Amino acid sequence: MKSDKHRVRGETLLEIRDLRIEGNSDGVWHPIVKGVDLSLKRGEVLGLIGESGAGKSTIGLAAMGFARPGCRIIDGSILFDGIDLRAAGEEDKRTLWGSRIAYVAQSAAAAFNPAHKIIDQTVETAVRRGVMDRGKAVADAVDLYRRLQLPDPAHIGERYPHQVSGGQLQRAMTAMAMSCRPDLIIFDEPTTALDVTTQVEVLAAMRDIVEQFHTAAIYITHDLAVVAQMADRIMVLRHGREVEEAPTRVMLSEPREDYTKTLWAVRKLAKPESVSDDIVLSVRNVDASYSGVVKVLDNVTAGLPRGRTVAVVGESGSGKSTLARVITGLLPPSRGEILFNGKPLSRALNERDKDTLRRIQMIYQSADTSLNPRQTIRDIIGRPLEFYQGVQGAARDRRVAELLDSIEMDESYIDRLPTELSGGQKQRISIARALAAEPDIIICDEVTSALDQIVQEEILTLLMRLQKDTNVSYLFITHDIATVRAIADEIVVMHQGKVVQQGPKSQVLNPPHPAYTELLLSSVPQMDPDWLTNLLARRAAGKAGA
Amino acid sequence: MTAQAPQLRQVRARRSLWESTRRTLSSAPFSAWFGMIVILLYVIAAVFAPWIAPYGEAEIVGKAYQPPGPEFWFGTDQIGRDLLSRLIYGARNTIGIAFMTTLLSFAVGGTLGVLTALKRGWLDQGISRVVDAFLAIPVLIFALMLLAVFGKSIVNLILILALLDSTRVFRLARATALNVVVMDYVEAAKLRGEGMGWIIFKEVLPNILPPLITEFGLRFCFVFLTISALSFLGVGIQPPTADWGSMVAESKTLITFPVRTFPWIPAPFYPAIAIALLTVAINFVVDWFLHKTSGLRDEV
Repeated sequence: MKSDKHRVRGETLLEIRDLRIEGNSDGVWHPIVKGVDLSLKRGEVLGLIGESGAGKSTIGLAAMGFARPGCRIIDGSILFDGIDLRAAGEEDKRTLWGSRIAYVAQSAAAAFNPAHKIIDQTVETAVRRGVMDRGKAVADAVDLYRRLQLPDPAHIGERYPHQVSGGQLQRAMTAMAMSCRPDLIIFDEPTTALDVTTQVEVLAAMRDIVEQFHTAAIYITHDLAVVAQMADRIMVLRHGREVEEAPTRVMLSEPREDYTKTLWAVRKLAKPESVSDDIVLSVRNVDASYSGVVKVLDNVTAGLPRGRTVAVVGESGSGKSTLARVITGLLPPSRGEILFNGKPLSRALNERDKDTLRRIQMIYQSADTSLNPRQTIRDIIGRPLEFYQGVQGAARDRRVAELLDSIEMDESYIDRLPTELSGGQKQRISIARALAAEPDIIICDEVTSALDQIVQEEILTLLMRLQKDTNVSYLFITHDIATVRAIADEIVVMHQGKVVQQGPKSQVLNPPHPAYTELLLSSVPQMDPDWLTNLLARRAAGKAGA
Repeated sequence: MTAQAPQLRQVRARRSLWESTRRTLSSAPFSAWFGMIVILLYVIAAVFAPWIAPYGEAEIVGKAYQPPGPEFWFGTDQIGRDLLSRLIYGARNTIGIAFMTTLLSFAVGGTLGVLTALKRGWLDQGISRVVDAFLAIPVLIFALMLLAVFGKSIVNLILILALLDSTRVFRLARATALNVVVMDYVEAAKLRGEGMGWIIFKEVLPNILPPLITEFGLRFCFVFLTISALSFLGVGIQPPTADWGSMVAESKTLITFPVRTFPWIPAPFYPAIAIALLTVAINFVVDWFLHKTSGLRDEV
């Protein structure tokens, strides 16, 4: 999608003027999209970028003439190849969808029907629309699988969705979208749920196929570096309005608006590394497995110094979350031991005393599921105070107010429910709950992954300040290298249950790397529009050389 | 929050309890209002029976089978007791016992359901299989058998029906709790070192309350239908205590008698209508509540 020079752009395919969309919550309509203009030429790729709630997905769906349940398009025009999608009847739109406009969703696992084979789902639209007969459609699908670089393209379609990996499924969904050779594809965060190492392959495959078939696309994401690889033009959205729009290279090199500049600047947070020999927690030769069959942790040894941050990185399935479960006692290790403040830690949760439990706290990835929706902030933060320190009544409320203050939130939030807070505020409450116990260690499991970049930075800054104030140690589990750069003192790289490399940040992030660390680091998208092209060229050269 | 932090969601002060109740009620459909008013009337009749009823519960005040008239609005039964008074006292007995039974079955079934969902393993297997065995036997026959074994008393009736009913509550509580126990906040509570009581009643239960409350309404209907059925069969609430089921049984011979006087309704139908009306009323309210809490939206 990127090689701007050779790209032939045709006439205008999609024209959206002054689009206004409202959403319904609790019976009240409030604006989500407040007058957005957008035009897309044939064969062009437009990147829509913005934080959650900016209205990107809503606009993407509106480009198909579709409004989600609970949303309504109230004003504006949507012209697709001369067809007015707002005036078109449901029947007409259904004929367009799938055959001329296709949609690739964020979670392929949720979008595929688990009861049918991949090939049947890939060809379904083409066959039902009568574009081609089944035999031809299957042959075409195999060809698409090959172009998308799926392994064993002739037979992979015979599998069921759960029998292939997430990255493969995402590419199969792209093949499904391509099966009728649509004029327009909407990609809605197609790689957000994937690991960085997988993301590279999927991005490359999508980019190639869109280019080969000269398909126009809208690429929706919150990741700037990703959109820089995919899009010809980028539109930045915020609160349902356009902030600015420019060709990709221009947008990256000279953003005009302040908001865009802050988005660009986010990744500059970096904490100076500091090492220490005062180890508070040490994991020694630990093995662990679920139901005794598969070894999820294999001879893991790592140490956490007092008042420092150790980042555990790796892709999903590398065992990093299992390590957290072993340390907290949720999953007793099958071999090895854990030393905490120099003393062996009981293996199982119910053998640990209250004081030990207090000293090891945990913050979860999703504040939505880690805060009980039926408890007020007062109860959530107050409970550890009451439970560990026996603080009650007015004294407890005072302490809760202090904690709210330390996470930079107002005392007035004390009677709110978690559902009444934003994502970042909820994560702050999780932090305050952990702090209330006055722990030695906080295990942070992907605590910023679900947040927008600006909010991420605020949370990371807050965590670092709190570390300085309370000398707490963080075991920071993440797959995001940018986060690691920002806050870690030491890094542990994990792959398939083993520790591949560990050491101070400066040592791990700088070459020479072991092969896996190299793969992991090189797969992290950069804010350079040529990054993907160069990376693929480098990797191809490496393969040819080997 | 720092200055540049975008306020993603407008935070508004929570409505007071009164305010939110008023808003909820004002949006209730006609059927729900009808149901609520009927239930309220029944509750008033049940609570204030001695003051409302014109005669005593077992007082013989007239001749047998007197037709409705100014003295006895609904007529008298086979030994000359006022039917209206017995209907009002019957509300007290039937509803009271059904309420106690349902409450007990929820306490047992709900607690065990959440506990097994949390613990899983052999405890879950054990209790679930026993419950399956209980569910395989029809309630009425099982209840008849147990009442025959343990004797016909109100306490036995409550205990036996609560036990049988708790199996169904257990099923629902376990199934809904399974979705909640995997949440991180439950894990967080375990990591904090909380006891089972706290986790069940403070972390899990509040989150499965809506389906349980709905089920409470429905189970209550079934329980008092069962009690009425048992009383009709003669093993439930014993005479002279007034009860709708036994009242139907006592005057069932009248069904075949031609009725010539106003309001042309044979006597056994009064308690039957009382039973039917309450069942319908509860179902209306439950339907509305279920719709409200299911998250279904009325599309525009």
